[in-house]
This record gives sequence, structure tokens and C-alpha cells, in this order.
Amino acid sequence: MEIEKFSYDNEIVRKFTITTVVWGLVGMLVGILIATQLFAPALSFNIPFLTFGRIRPLHTNAVIFAFVGNAIFMGVYYSLQRLCKARMFSDMLSNIHFWGWQLIIVAAAITLPLGITTSKEYAELEWPIDIAIALVWVAFGLNMFGTIIKRREKHMYVAIWFYIATWVTVTVLHVVNSIEVPVTFLKSYPIYAGVQDALVQWWYGHNAVAFFLTTPYLGLMYYYLPKAANRPVYSYKLSIVHFWTLVFLYIWAGPHHLLYSALPDWAQSLGTVFSIMLIAPSWGGMINGLLTLRGAWDRVRENPILKFMVVAVTAYGMATFEGPMLSLKNVNAIAHFTDWIIAHVHVGALGWNGFLTFGILYWLVPKLWKTNLYSKKLANFHFWIGFLGIVFYALSMWFAGITQSLMWKQFTPLGVLQYPNFLETVLQIVPMYIIRMIGGSLYFVGVIVMVYNLVKTAKQGSFAKEETAEAPALEKFKDPLKRGVIHRWLEGKPAIFLVLTLVVVLLASVFEFVPMFLIKSNIPTIASVKPYTPLELQGRDIYIREGCNNCHSQLVRPFRSETERYGEYSKAGEYVYDHPFLWGSKRTGPDLHRIGGKYPNLWHYLHMENPSSMSPGSVMPSYPWLLTNDLDISATESKINVMRSIGVPYSEGYEKMANDDLQIQAQQIAADLQNAGAPAEPSKEIIALIAYLQRLGTDIKTSGQAGK
Amino acid sequence: MFKEVLQSIEGIEFYTIVSMLILILFFIGMIIWILKVDKKYIKHMSELPLNENNNEVSNLSGGTNEV
Repeated sequence: MEIEKFSYDNEIVRKFTITTVVWGLVGMLVGILIATQLFAPALSFNIPFLTFGRIRPLHTNAVIFAFVGNAIFMGVYYSLQRLCKARMFSDMLSNIHFWGWQLIIVAAAITLPLGITTSKEYAELEWPIDIAIALVWVAFGLNMFGTIIKRREKHMYVAIWFYIATWVTVTVLHVVNSIEVPVTFLKSYPIYAGVQDALVQWWYGHNAVAFFLTTPYLGLMYYYLPKAANRPVYSYKLSIVHFWTLVFLYIWAGPHHLLYSALPDWAQSLGTVFSIMLIAPSWGGMINGLLTLRGAWDRVRENPILKFMVVAVTAYGMATFEGPMLSLKNVNAIAHFTDWIIAHVHVGALGWNGFLTFGILYWLVPKLWKTNLYSKKLANFHFWIGFLGIVFYALSMWFAGITQSLMWKQFTPLGVLQYPNFLETVLQIVPMYIIRMIGGSLYFVGVIVMVYNLVKTAKQGSFAKEETAEAPALEKFKDPLKRGVIHRWLEGKPAIFLVLTLVVVLLASVFEFVPMFLIKSNIPTIASVKPYTPLELQGRDIYIREGCNNCHSQLVRPFRSETERYGEYSKAGEYVYDHPFLWGSKRTGPDLHRIGGKYPNLWHYLHMENPSSMSPGSVMPSYPWLLTNDLDISATESKINVMRSIGVPYSEGYEKMANDDLQIQAQQIAADLQNAGAPAEPSKEIIALIAYLQRLGTDIKTSGQAGK
Repeated sequence: MFKEVLQSIEGIEFYTIVSMLILILFFIGMIIWILKVDKKYIKHMSELPLNENNNEVSNLSGGTNEV
């Protein structure tokens, strides 16, 4: 048997390690800023780039794709080489992947504060960046599969399965959810509309959590937890069963983000059922992780790395139990649109992703720099302050969410809403927002201590770009063990494994989508629903640019407490021209689907200029620039053209007249404002936004015939 | 658009039933495999991350390559 000499590429791991830490700091800092803005709205300083609606997506994208993304690549590039006993397939692809990914992050950090966004959660980046993401992702995939193919270890360890599933599924999710038609270089409309857009978006959104925040991290857990504990995983068989079950079930659960919405009932129930079933494979992973430490729990007391990992796996178990519970319609009726969901995702993000990343960093950095951790004491301090931060964060948000939801639903004995003023329910939970900010800050302090500790560790060690290794070449394999040939053949062939994972994921998606798109009765049409006027369309794009959907829903659920507060509940047929849908997922402010006609134009004018002039104590930022910015109407024609190409029935040739219609409508609104005493000009952005807001939800009022 | 494409596929309603059957069979196959799989193989797999010292070739793969 010939022994081959080769070397592992540690340089690429080092690069991803550094960016993990740097982007982690940035993402968390932005998180603290937006958390503070919720009780101190003046902190947006009347600067467009700093308003909550624009930088909340910056926070989520930075934490998910920059912090967690780089951590995934760091963990994969280190473990994959060693599990395959082979160097990465191509150093050039490694570098293209690394620098490409960082450029995408920089592009996101520039475009999102500028208001260049698709409005789809965790998929906000516009189409040129979407294409760049796809290219870089393909580079990563080629590199990974190249490495797997030239491996010197016959068998693929389960961690690699999780990496493959991640790659395959994220590819599918990203492509399907990003099918959009460009209007200009940095503006596009999705081909899906309304309810269908919502279904695709939350199929994506849910599975982004599944296949970006969960499966790669389970892969990392299966490598680094045994490493840190120096003992094999508790049950390899369990890892196989829970892998396939997880991959299969996760894809179905997306509709649980749309319970009590205008989505057809069968699709909602499907989401609930599969979410409950998901407990089994999720807990399979948690149990496998925790039981790996059986008989070694004494070491957890002394080893900060194991402490981080144990809390991470426990947080994973908690979040994956809470998730299915939140998918029950009766629980969801209370939790949806509230801070309870914020608590839920942060148990996952801070606990599972954050703590597992920290555990890996504390293990990996001393390994890469061939030394010991600079200070165990500081690592322990980080653990405790981070843990305390999570507790403060989660408890305050659970409390805030339930309190506010119950206030929304509270009726007096006479049968009217006890808290008809939405703002009252916000001000009630402001103390919780302050505690949440403190929790997040504690967590952040811990990360700074970690950075100091890791830098000191690196300084006292010496880093080698190449790590030499040797292993026997992989020869033609004849299996001496007669049983279980099929599966070993399967995992011996990564391409077939990839295809099979793809089939499992696609079959489930087809199941969910085909009926939704084919059966007409799923979206009853409403005759009085008409396309937006050009001015309203422009106003809608301002609504998207400012990220209003980050705080305001456009979906009145069929509850008495909501129809009393907002008006008639929302029908699927009302959204047929909404490219994209703007239902939102969180009500920091009230729902806006029935805002049209509720207030005079002047109210909106003054409210956008300074919200607390109309609602004293409001936590909404001011938007004074809308009153002074000129509306850009140069793209009106192509907007109409694109909308028509994706199914909105504007008549042929209308694009030429669109700007004339726009001017007429703008004159009317400006005249009304001037009569009321406001110094409004028809050419300003505020006019378009008012036109859109006044149109919202009015289609079914005009004819009086609501959909069935 | 793609709605018409989907509609033009003949008998598309059976596709969902066939895909369901494929998935059920796949999971049954997996369970059978799990019950019958060789213990030595499982041991080898679970120790993979721990056996990465260069010269150390684990028993199974070391032995089998020469068969």
C-alpha cells in the first residue's frame, strides 16, 4: 500500500476564521443599534441610512450570511480536508469563494442602507448580487465535491452528508426564490405575486433557517463535538436516521409562517403537521450531541469549549421544540407578529449558532496556531456573560411578546377593544426592549473578550499555512463485509448522494407548490381588485425602499380582535397584483392593510415628517426626506412593462401614458394637501407614498363585494 | 407562464402519488439498512474524526484495501 504525502491548506481556514469574528462583531453591533432604536427612535438621527427599516435587514443578513456563513466555511474547510484526508480540490476556487463571499457581504452592507432591497426577508439583496451569490456558491460546491472525489478515505463521515445537503438545498432555495425580472440595474420584481409569492418566500425563509443555520451546524457539531470531547459520537446509526428525516421533513414546514393568513387552509395545516413531526429528527440530533458526552460530564465543568457546545446543543433542542409549538394554530394566534418570535430566533441564533461557533473558535484557533488557549479564565467569563445575555434577551422578549399580544386581544365587558390605541401596547413593553438591549450588549461584551483572548492566543503561537500529512492512496475497493452494501455504495458515490438529496428536497417542494399554483380555487378572484396606478406603484416602491414591511404587516387575520382594530380581514384575491407581497412578519407598528381612507392625506404628511406629532410617544423614525426628495419617475415605463410581463393586466401602450396619469393623480393629492394648509408639491416622494397608503385595502370597499 | 407548463404535463396528479411512494420506500429501505448494518462499519465511521493522525490507518479501511 502506497503512502502519499500531501498538505492541508490552513491558510483558507485562517482567513474564514478572521472574517467570522469581524463580521460577527459588525452584525451584533448593528443588532444592538436597532434594538436601542426601538425605545430611542431619535437614534436614527433623521438619516435615511440609519432608519430601522433599512438596517434591520442589514443586521439579519450580517448575522446569517456574514457571521454564520463565514463560520460554516471556516468549519467546513478545516474538517472536510481532514475527513477526506485530502487537500482542498483547488486553492484558486478556495480563494474565489473567500473573496467573492466577502465582496457580496460588502455589497449588502452598502445596498441595504441605501434602500436597495427586494423586501423578501433574508433574500433582500437585489438581482445582480443574487447572481454573484449563485456564482460564488457554485465555486464553493465545485471545490467541495472536487475534494470529496479525490479523497483518500473510502467512507464519507456524516458531517460531510450535512455539508452536501446544505449545498444542494441552498442552491435550490436561492434560485427558486430569486426568480425576478429586472426593472433597472438595482431594481426588480419577483415573478410570483401575493399569496404565491408568500408561499415561495416562506418556503425559502424557513428552509434558509433549516439549511443555512441548522444542517451545516449539525455537520460541524458531528465533527467538532467529538473532537473537543475526544470521544466518538454517541450513535452513528441515529445520525443517519435523523439526517434523512430532517432533510425530508424540513422542506414542508414553511407554511407555518403563514397561519391564519390568506393562504389556503390545506397548506397551513400541512405546515403545522410537518412542523410537529420535525421534533423527532431535531431532537435526534440534540440527543446524539448531548449523549456523546455520556460519562464525560465532569470534563464539561472544567472545559469552556464543552460548556459552549453543551449550551449550544441544548439551545438547539429548546428552539426546535418551541418552533413546532409555535406552529400550532392556537399558539401561533398569540405569538405571530410579536416579539415572541424574536425570542425564538435568538435562542437559535445566540445559543445554537453563536455558542457553537465560539466553541469551535476556542478549539480551532489554538490548533491552527499550534499553542494553548491564552486564557481559560477569560473563556469562562465569555461563557457566563454570553449565557446571561441570552437569558436576559429571551426572557424579556417572551414577556414582551405575550404581554403585547394579550393587550391586542383584550376586550372590555362592553365588547370594545380595551387598548384601541396600538401605541399603548408598544409603550407597555418598552422596559422589555431596554432589558433586551442590555442582554444583547452583555452578549457582545463576551464576544469582545473572546476576540482579545483569540488574538493573544494567536500572538503567542505560530501559524503554518501548510500542514503536512500522509495517508494511503484510495485503491479499488472490494468490500469484505457482505451486508449493507447498498448504502455504502451510495455514500461511496458523492454524486449519487447529491442527486438523491436533491430528489428528496425537490419532491417535497413539488408536493407543496404544484397544487398551490394549479388549483384556481385556491385564490378566489375578486372582480373589484385592480392594478395599482403608476403613482401608487411608485409609492409602493418607496414603501419597499424604506423597509416599512419590517415593522408593519399588511395582513389582517380573521380574528375579532383584528377586524375590530383594523377592519375586514384580508382575502387571497386582494393580493393578486402584489409583486412582491408585503405581508410582513412582525408588528412593531399596526397593520396597514386597511389603512387606505382611514386618515386624511394631511395626517400621513405630518406623520411621515414627524410621527410623534400625530402619535405622541411613537417609536417610529421620522422620514423628513420624503417631503423634500423629488420622485424619480424615469423608470415608470419599464416598471409598467415588467409588471405586464409577469401578469399584471396593464393595457398595451399604457406605459407611454403612465407618467401622465401619475402627474394628474399627484396634482390631486398635492392640491388636497395644500387646501389643508401643508406646503406640499406634487413632485415629491411623499405624494406617491400617500397615494399608495390611501389605496391599500380599499379595493373591496369600493364595490362592497368582498371575496367569499 | 410556468402555470401553463405545469398544466400541460399529462397526468401530473399522479406525480405526487408516485413521489410519495418513492419517499416511503426510501425510508423503509433506510430502516432495514440500519437494522442490518455491520457493527464494525459503524464503529469505523463513528471514529473517523478522531483517527486523523497521518499514519494511523484504521483497521477496516487498512485491511480492506488489500483484499
